[in-house]
Amino acid sequence: MIKFTNVFKAFPKGGLALKDVSFHIAKGEFVFLTGHSGAGKSTVLKLVYAEEPVTSGEVRVSGFTLAEARRKDIPMLRRRLGIVFQDFRLLEDRTAEENVAFALEVTGARRASIPARVMRVLTQVGLAAKAHAYPRELSGGEQQRVAIARALVNEPTVLLADEPTGNLDERATRGVFQLLRDINASGTAVVMATHDLDLVRQAPYRVIELQEGALVYDSAVDEPRDQAASP
Amino acid sequence: MNLVIREALLAFRRAPLLSALSVTTIAFSLFVVGLFGLVAVNLQQALRDVAERVEIVAYLLPGAPIETITLAEKDIEAFPEVQAAAYVSEDEALQRARTELVEFRDVLQELERNPLPASIEVKLKPHFRDVEHVNEVAERLRGFGFVDDVRFGRDWVEKLDRLRQIAAAVGLVVGAAFAAVAIIIIGTTIRMAVLQRSREIAIMRLVGATNGFVRRPFLLQGALKGMLGGLAAVALSYGAYALINRWLIHAEFFSQEQAVAIVGFGMLIGFFGSAASVGRHLRRV
Repeated sequence: MIKFTNVFKAFPKGGLALKDVSFHIAKGEFVFLTGHSGAGKSTVLKLVYAEEPVTSGEVRVSGFTLAEARRKDIPMLRRRLGIVFQDFRLLEDRTAEENVAFALEVTGARRASIPARVMRVLTQVGLAAKAHAYPRELSGGEQQRVAIARALVNEPTVLLADEPTGNLDERATRGVFQLLRDINASGTAVVMATHDLDLVRQAPYRVIELQEGALVYDSAVDEPRDQAASP
Repeated sequence: MNLVIREALLAFRRAPLLSALSVTTIAFSLFVVGLFGLVAVNLQQALRDVAERVEIVAYLLPGAPIETITLAEKDIEAFPEVQAAAYVSEDEALQRARTELVEFRDVLQELERNPLPASIEVKLKPHFRDVEHVNEVAERLRGFGFVDDVRFGRDWVEKLDRLRQIAAAVGLVVGAAFAAVAIIIIGTTIRMAVLQRSREIAIMRLVGATNGFVRRPFLLQGALKGMLGGLAAVALSYGAYALINRWLIHAEFFSQEQAVAIVGFGMLIGFFGSAASVGRHLRRV
């Protein structure tokens, strides 16, 4: 599904962001990507959705080998992924419904099928009643649910979430996390970058930890360790 | 396609102020180009009017038989450069002199013998009213046996030529400068509109929109703005023309093709300005 093999990533001005990172995430898995800010969590995700090119090594995502992927393949890759960010990235001048529909429209979905699909995912994230609300009329948690609905509407095989609860209060955090667990339970793989260790401890999911660009711990490979030792 | 048009039009509704500002900027940039165009069009017309008067006169030897002259007149009219050739007899010349040269009327009345020669007046076609062709035709006229002398205002034709060259050079340089300024201003305006929506572009790409899909509404929108600006510029130019015509001098307005060219120029800049700005965004993978 997602396979990193000896991946290095250097930024022109920022030095090495990833050093020799290798891991494999299988279909339907739920994986936490943890580490301090600047450890390389976002970089890993950016390589997965081809926002940044790989410097060396190999990244395979859903059948695409990213080093070989041509520019015109990138949109096709992204249609198989759902992506959620800390800052939601909704279009402020469109309603919740229009924001979700947008993701279908840009991928050329059949127009007649759009309203039903949009309603279905909005119902799934518990926001059917607020379909006509604009982002500014929604709470942070609700905005993140709209963003998740948008990520889900194309029926991705993997949902990438970069600090999805970073801007949310505790209650909203729990709600969004539960939603991600439900999504995972229905078969979609979830890769969630977070530094919220309480969240990580709550669930028995795989943990991949990065430190200064290096993979220092992978619970699928390494011995379980004393949780107090992790950052 | 439907979606492209909808997205392009939505941008006008979502950012009405910026859209209006873009169209206004484009309109005024093109208006300046248009004003210069009006000046150029009228200058050219004035030069054409002056060139109308370019004429070659072949004075004939006295006693040339009229049949020969009539035949020669036909020959001369067949020259590729010649628009018309007219025979003026001695009597007609005197008649003309009497009406035109009022100051000498008394002298002309008292003449016992007509001193004026007959002539053939030759008018050239519009494209041949320059020194080179005038000289050439004059030379050919000299070749006729019954032609005594050939005259044309050499100095005057040369000055006219020079004037035409200056007008063309100034027109080209100043016109190009104005057009360049318009392109830069319009390009910047369009770029602002694209930058304002850079967030939207980023999101479109994240959810898997192809570059072409992202680009199309912007191109359409840029072309639309350019077209609206161009139409407004033509309207403004017409207003300026109407004022000048009413209060200052009789002037000419653009031909339909020229007006269409201004609108087309606006559309092209809008289109390519958008293409360049969006392209820059899209290259950032």
